Amino acid sequence: MTLPARPDRDAPGGGREPAGRVGFFTDTSVCIGCKACEVACKEWNLVPPAGPAELTGHSYDNTGALGANTWRHVAFIEVDQLHPGLRAPAPPARRAAGGGGARVGVGQAREGLRWLMASDVCKHCTSAACLDVCPTGALFRTEFGTVVVQPDICNGCGYCVPACPFGVIDRREADGRAWKCTLCYDRLKGGLEPACSTACPTDSIQFGPLEELRERAGERVAELHGAGVAEARLYLAGEDDGVGGAGAFFLLLDEPEVYGLPPDPVATTRDLGRLWRAGVVAAGALLAGIAAAFLPRGGRR
Amino acid sequence: MSGRSRPAALPAPRAPAGPDGQPAAYYGRPVLKPPVWTWQVPAYLFAGGLAGAAGPLAFAARLAGNDRLARAALTSGAAAALVSPPLLIADLGRPERFHHMLRVVKPTSPLNVGSWLLAAAAPALAGAAVADRLGILPRLARGTEAAAALLGPALATYTGVLLADTAIPTWHEAGRELPALFAAGAATSAGAVACLLVPPGPADPARRLALGGAAAELGVHAAMERRLGDLGDPYRTGLAGRLTRLARRLTVAGAVTLGLAGRRRLPTAAGAALLLVGSAATRYAVVAAGSASARDPRHVVAPQRRRLAAGDGDHRP
Repeated sequence: MTLPARPDRDAPGGGREPAGRVGFFTDTSVCIGCKACEVACKEWNLVPPAGPAELTGHSYDNTGALGANTWRHVAFIEVDQLHPGLRAPAPPARRAAGGGGARVGVGQAREGLRWLMASDVCKHCTSAACLDVCPTGALFRTEFGTVVVQPDICNGCGYCVPACPFGVIDRREADGRAWKCTLCYDRLKGGLEPACSTACPTDSIQFGPLEELRERAGERVAELHGAGVAEARLYLAGEDDGVGGAGAFFLLLDEPEVYGLPPDPVATTRDLGRLWRAGVVAAGALLAGIAAAFLPRGGRR
Repeated sequence: MSGRSRPAALPAPRAPAGPDGQPAAYYGRPVLKPPVWTWQVPAYLFAGGLAGAAGPLAFAARLAGNDRLARAALTSGAAAALVSPPLLIADLGRPERFHHMLRVVKPTSPLNVGSWLLAAAAPALAGAAVADRLGILPRLARGTEAAAALLGPALATYTGVLLADTAIPTWHEAGRELPALFAAGAATSAGAVACLLVPPGPADPARRLALGGAAAELGVHAAMERRLGDLGDPYRTGLAGRLTRLARRLTVAGAVTLGLAGRRRLPTAAGAALLLVGSAATRYAVVAAGSASARDPRHVVAPQRRRLAAGDGDHRP
C-alpha cells in the first residue's frame, strides 16, 4: 500500500513555516490504532492523566472520549461482533452466505469482524461555538486559523463545555479551567508540526495547509472508491456543514455516529439572532405582564 | 414519586443500536459534554429572575402610588441581586478571576452580556433599596429605580438565551420557550415574595402577578414539551422528570392556595411560599433536563439524521 504523499514533511528541510490556515486531515483508512498520537500529545503538551487507568471493555479503547485531559482519542469499533445493530455494510460474501443481519458465529469471527480505528481531535471549527460563547475572550482564533484557550484568561465558567457540538472541550477538575487541543500552537509558532501528526507512523494524521489537505483528501477518497472501498467518505471536509468547515477533518469508513461523531453538527451560535429575539420578546412580555397586574384596580389602596 | 430513597443517576443511554435501525453513537457514549455547572447555577437562575422582575414591579408600584409594594419589591430585588454574584462566582473553576467576565464586551456570548447586565442591575437595585429605606437622595432613588426597571426584564430572560445557545438539544430546540419560561418564573417569584412582605390590599397587584406568572410557567412548560417531542423526554424521566413533576405540583398548589386565600394572611403566605419553591424547582428541572439530554447520544444523532434525510444538510449561510 502506498502512503499518501506528505510534501510538508517529506520535502528536504521539512517542517517549513505554515502559511495561512492549517489543520489536520485524519485518514482513518490507514489508522492502525497504535495510539502514538495520544501519547505524543500527552507528552508534548504535559497533559495530566485523565483519571485512574481503567478497562472500558470497549475493544482496545481505554481512553473513552476527548476531554480536558485527552486531546487525541483513538476510537476502536469492532463492527458486527460487539455491535450487531450498527449499520456497517456487510462484506458482500457474507451477505450472500449468511442472509440479512445474521450474526457472526465464533468460528467465523475473523471473517465477519470489521475493525475501524480513528483518531479524533478538536475540529478547530470555522464557526466555533466555544469561541463565540466564551465570556472572557480566553478562547481566540490564532494566526493559523486554529481555536485556542488562553489558560491565563480562562476563569472556568464552563460555558464552552455544552456549547461544543462535538463534546471536545471540558473543564479540568483540579485545575478549574477549560482545556482542549491547541493544534500545538507552541510548535506551530516554532515552525514545527503538531506532536500527534509527527508521531503518526502511517500518516493517518496529516498536517498542513487546509486547502492542500482538502485537495489531498479528495484524491484519497477517489482512490479508495476506485479500489472498491465504497464506504469511504469525507467528514467536515467542505464548508457547507454547520460549523462552516473544520480545521480538522476526516476520511471515515462508516457513518460519523459509529465513531461517536455527530452526523450533522451545527454551531449553536448560528441561531443566536433568533435566540436573542426570543429573549427580547419574553422581556417585553414580562413588562406587559407587570403593567397588567396594576390595571384592574389601579393598585391603590 | 417512586419509593426510591435518592434520585438515581440518569439512566445510561442504551448501547448502540435503536430498534428502528437508527444508528447509535459509539458504545452508547455521549456525543456531547454535559454542563459542569453545580447547584449554584439553577439557584442563580431563580435569584436573578426574581431580581429582574422586582425592578419593574417596584417601578410600576411607585407609578401607581403603592409605596409599600415598591419598597418590598426593591428590598427583595436587591437581596436577590446581591446574592447572585456570589452564586455565579462560586460556580467558576477559577473564582478569583470572576472579573475576567468584564474584560470584553461580547454580544455573541449571552454569559458575557448577562455579566454586564448583572453588574449594572445589582447596584441599581441595591442603591434604590437603600435610598428608599433611608429616605435620602430622592433623585438618585428615582434614577436607580428606573434603571432597575429597564435592566430587570433583560436580566430575567437572558438566562433562557444562555441555555438555548448551547449544543444541548433539549435546550437549543427550546430557544423560543426558555426565555419565556424564565420570564414567567421571574414574575411568579417576584410577585410571591411581595405577597409575603406586604399585607393584602397593597399586595393585590403582586398577587395578580404571581398568579399570572404561575399560569404562564405551566403553560409555557407544556408548550415547550410539545415542541420538543422526543427531545422533551428528560422532562418526563429520571431526575429532571421528578423535579418537573414536583415543580408542577408546587406551582399548582401554590396558585390555588394563593388564589383562594383572599385577604387571609396565613393562606396567602403559604401559597406564596409554595409558588417560590415551585419556581425554583422549575429552574433545577430545566438544568437537569439539559444534563440528561447531553448524556444521551440519541438526542444528538436522531434529529441530525432526520435533518440530513430531509435534505437540510447544507448549512451555507
